[in-house]
Amino acid sequence: MTTVAVQTRIELLAGRGWTAVCDLDLLLPGRGVAVLLPDGRQAAVFRDARDRIHATANRDPFTGAYVLSRGLLGSTADGRVYVASPLLKHRFDLETGECLDDESVRIPVYAVRLAEV
Amino acid sequence: MNTSPMTTPKPTLLLVGYGMVGHRFLEALADAGAADRYRVVVLAEEPRPAYDRVALTSYFSGRSPEDLLLAEEGFTDKHGYELHLSSPAVAVDRAAKTVTTAAGHTIGYDTLVLATGSYPFVPPVDGKDAEGCFVYRTIEDLQAIERYAAGARVGAVVGGGLLGLEAAGALRGLGLETHVVEFAPRLMPVQVDEGGGEALRRTIEEMGVVVHTGVGTKAVEVSQDGTAVGMQFTDGSRLDTELVVFSAGVRPRDQLARDCGLTVGERGGIAVDEFCLTSDPNVFAIGECAMAVDGRVYGLVAPGYEMAQTVARQLAAQSAQPFTGADLSTKLKLLGVDVASFGDAFATTPGALDVVYSDSRAGVYKKLVVTSEGALLGGILVGDAEAYASLRPLAGTGKPLPVPAESLVLPAGLAAPVSLGGSALPDDAVVCNCHNVTKGQVRAAVTEHSCTTVPEVKTCTKAGSGCGSCLKLLGSIVSEELEASGVEVDKGLCPCFAYTRAELYEIVRVKRIATHRELLAKHGRVGQDAEGCEVCKPTVGSIIASLAPELEASGHILDGEQAALQDTNDHFLANLQKNGSYSVVPRIPGGEITPDKLIVIGEVARDFGLYTKITGGQRIDLFGASVDQLPQIWSRLVAAGFESGHAYGKSLRTVKSCVGSTWCRYGVQDSVGMAILLELRYRGLRSPHKLKSAVSGCARECAEARGKDFGVIATSNGWNLYVGGNGGATPRHADLLAQDLDDEQLIRLIDRFLMFYIRTADRLERTSTWLERIEGGLDHVRDVVVHDSLGIAADLEELMSHHVDDYQDEWAATLADPERLARFVSFVNAPGVPDPSIRFTPERDQIKPDLVLLATEEELLAALDPDNDPDNARVAARATASILEDAR
Ligand SMILES: Cc1cc2nc3c(=O)[nH]c(=O)nc-3n(C[C@H](O)[C@H](O)[C@H](O)COP(=O)(O)OP(=O)(O)OC[C@H]3O[C@@H](n4cnc5c(N)ncnc54)[C@H](O)[C@@H]3O)c2cc1C
Ligand code: SF4
Repeated sequence: MTTVAVQTRIELLAGRGWTAVCDLDLLLPGRGVAVLLPDGRQAAVFRDARDRIHATANRDPFTGAYVLSRGLLGSTADGRVYVASPLLKHRFDLETGECLDDESVRIPVYAVRLAEV
Repeated sequence: MNTSPMTTPKPTLLLVGYGMVGHRFLEALADAGAADRYRVVVLAEEPRPAYDRVALTSYFSGRSPEDLLLAEEGFTDKHGYELHLSSPAVAVDRAAKTVTTAAGHTIGYDTLVLATGSYPFVPPVDGKDAEGCFVYRTIEDLQAIERYAAGARVGAVVGGGLLGLEAAGALRGLGLETHVVEFAPRLMPVQVDEGGGEALRRTIEEMGVVVHTGVGTKAVEVSQDGTAVGMQFTDGSRLDTELVVFSAGVRPRDQLARDCGLTVGERGGIAVDEFCLTSDPNVFAIGECAMAVDGRVYGLVAPGYEMAQTVARQLAAQSAQPFTGADLSTKLKLLGVDVASFGDAFATTPGALDVVYSDSRAGVYKKLVVTSEGALLGGILVGDAEAYASLRPLAGTGKPLPVPAESLVLPAGLAAPVSLGGSALPDDAVVCNCHNVTKGQVRAAVTEHSCTTVPEVKTCTKAGSGCGSCLKLLGSIVSEELEASGVEVDKGLCPCFAYTRAELYEIVRVKRIATHRELLAKHGRVGQDAEGCEVCKPTVGSIIASLAPELEASGHILDGEQAALQDTNDHFLANLQKNGSYSVVPRIPGGEITPDKLIVIGEVARDFGLYTKITGGQRIDLFGASVDQLPQIWSRLVAAGFESGHAYGKSLRTVKSCVGSTWCRYGVQDSVGMAILLELRYRGLRSPHKLKSAVSGCARECAEARGKDFGVIATSNGWNLYVGGNGGATPRHADLLAQDLDDEQLIRLIDRFLMFYIRTADRLERTSTWLERIEGGLDHVRDVVVHDSLGIAADLEELMSHHVDDYQDEWAATLADPERLARFVSFVNAPGVPDPSIRFTPERDQIKPDLVLLATEEELLAALDPDNDPDNARVAARATASILEDAR
């Protein structure tokens, strides 16, 4: 008998197509990783405590540094999940990209899907 | 029509005497907005501006004369006050309205304020002027005592009152066999009764001070060469002693006033009316030199402050409170013993009854004086003066006590614990005696000036900034008021937890919870599947890390859930810098390094193109590493024998040291050896905030140990331990915790101190703020750490020994584990590819972050275009070239 190991892969919608990013296993709940997209842009991909996957731009608009993937995740009292930039701790909603500390700022978010391979 | 400007010159206000009350007067004048109405001239006899005489004795525990100064820098200039130091006034000509100084200058005045204080009374005994005889009033007096004590073995204090006992404590601290000689049958005869004196005596004798009561001093025995060698007493006995401190009371300095014909009291003191005016309408007198309308001369600072306020307001043409007399209540800590006396302490009110609790073995004596209706009149507390702050304001109000008086004197444990919070007090009760602030004013600070914390109330009302005995009461009034006005006092750590860090520490410890997720689910205040937040994750991570051996959890911060809780610095075991690159700091214990190791650091920095800088903590910081480079850098460092310096963690940073007795001609102990020992012992210890330390080889303090969380200074007998120091934005000199410790005692006390801090501090609270915030402050911490008052010292030591046994180098362990190493990539989908946003430009022969590149995404993308490669990317290219090579 043979067993087939099923791996779950994360894919991200960048430009017109889905780009395979990495295996789900590589992500720790509550943390993110950085991804280099085909056009040279950088995305940050996160796995939250409920195992949902989110993706945003990796660039912290307040400092210009590409560091959001290294921030800690949190959730607000009304359940919005966000990442806090490790530099100056601005928080960004992972669903909408909105900055929770400054309404006028928003970062790009990407659609994600899981594929079994 | 134009009015011509006033041409009359400003009237001259001359202040003679710049002590505590004089300074308060100058402050009050400025506060009343009247500093610029006068040309203000100040004649000071002492060589320095006013200092905190009340805290004079703290000079012996390491506060420098500068630390004791009352005014902030630039105070006199700011208000345009002309201050003349070392310029005593010697004569007043009231007819001409002039004052002459010792140097012969004459200064005219329109208004004269005398604040000349007192002088110590020296009884007219033979030999009183011998070398080795001192008084205890000024910084110079203390410096002279300090110098003389260095060559003496025995010291005696004449006078067993407040100052005498303070002086005795100081002599004992200087290592002398110490005697106190009091003429009255008990110690502190003015403040306490026989029972209180007895309790005090027992405790003080237990500390090794010999107490002689009921004997007078007849003479000081003087040797051929004029130095004191002994004392003779009225009962015929004698004592060998080389040093004598006279502390037999003070007398008002009224000579200047007498000489110019002002009215003075029969027993001294410049007579003033209730507005502090002397018999000359142009001359005021305030503070200890004045005799108030009630015929008394007040030897305490608070009444002097009231007088200063009264005069300042009159000179500002504002309504002034008359000064008719003051409350003589006091609370002090003498030689570590609490002593308080307030109101009608001696039950002189007709019909007064007293309730007494006395345990002479424990050195505790408490007496409350009440009316037959149960209203409080006064009391005496020795050994345990907890209740002072809440009881004193109630004395004399005529209202019956809210609970039976007996329950207030019984020690905790014998009866249901009773403590009176602020709610029992009427609004006009004076809460802060030093600054005369009522409960009503404290409440107003909260309700009208929206203060929400004790420090804010302190700044707003000055309450609690004197002796500090009211701070606890202040705390309870502020919280009560906030609660009453509907302000929720949220002490919780963050939106996820309603507990403080210290409470969470206890929960984790007692319930043995080893993950943030479990703690949040069981003890959080948010829904089941909440995420936590960037505040509680690292905090709980740190608590779990510092208790790891107890919880049988892994001590490595990149294991299991821990990895997801750490701030990016801890996550990558390096310090994130502004362009997303990291800096690397290897540990260099005590700042001692071999040339070979120094060369390795240089080679690593050169090979990876890192910016190199020496830190303030005697280490070397290497900047500009990308995530991918970290493991490679560290494998070289670890191979050369380096380990993580934890510069990224809320943990012990460095233990700085001076070169010490091995090389320095002044050194008395091996400071480098001790610094290395301490750094290796506490390395890796996770704490609420970073911890810094230093060891100096002698009192010259070249390692700046008193600016550290725990600092050690060598003495000829061992080590002095200082705690709670800080540099940075709010500098604070560390306080002396214990002195003359041997190596083992020193380490034991530091073990306990650090663990007690870790256990009770708030998140991101440095030891300096913790020490100021924690109830009971330094005294409480000393009780716990040195005297084990909570009985937890053994626990604390055990926790530390587990930490020491459990320590492993985080970098060595990370390099040994492929799974942990896998995280050190810039991009998960392209391992080995460096992050293009991390680029550098040259500066002074090294690199610096290229921030232009980060300004917009377009520029970065443009820079990535090979046709467009700008010159300045070459430096970065060289740095990243090595990774690509290794990746191949
Ligand atoms: C060791 C110690 C502990 C104390 N502890 C307490 C305590 O716990 N609680 C408390 O309430 N009080 C305490 N006191 C008393 C308190 O210090 C005094 O009440 C307070 O300093 C009085 O202030 P003052 O300005 O009137 O006098 P001072 O502070 O003595 O200032 C008077 C100044 O005037 C100067 N001067 C005198 N004559 C002239 C002149 N002719 N020309 C120019 N300058 C002159 C003096 O040199 C001095 O600097 C303590 C005192 C000492 C010494
Ligand atoms: S503190 Fe003392 S021992 Fe250390 S370097 Fe300075 S003078 Fe020398």
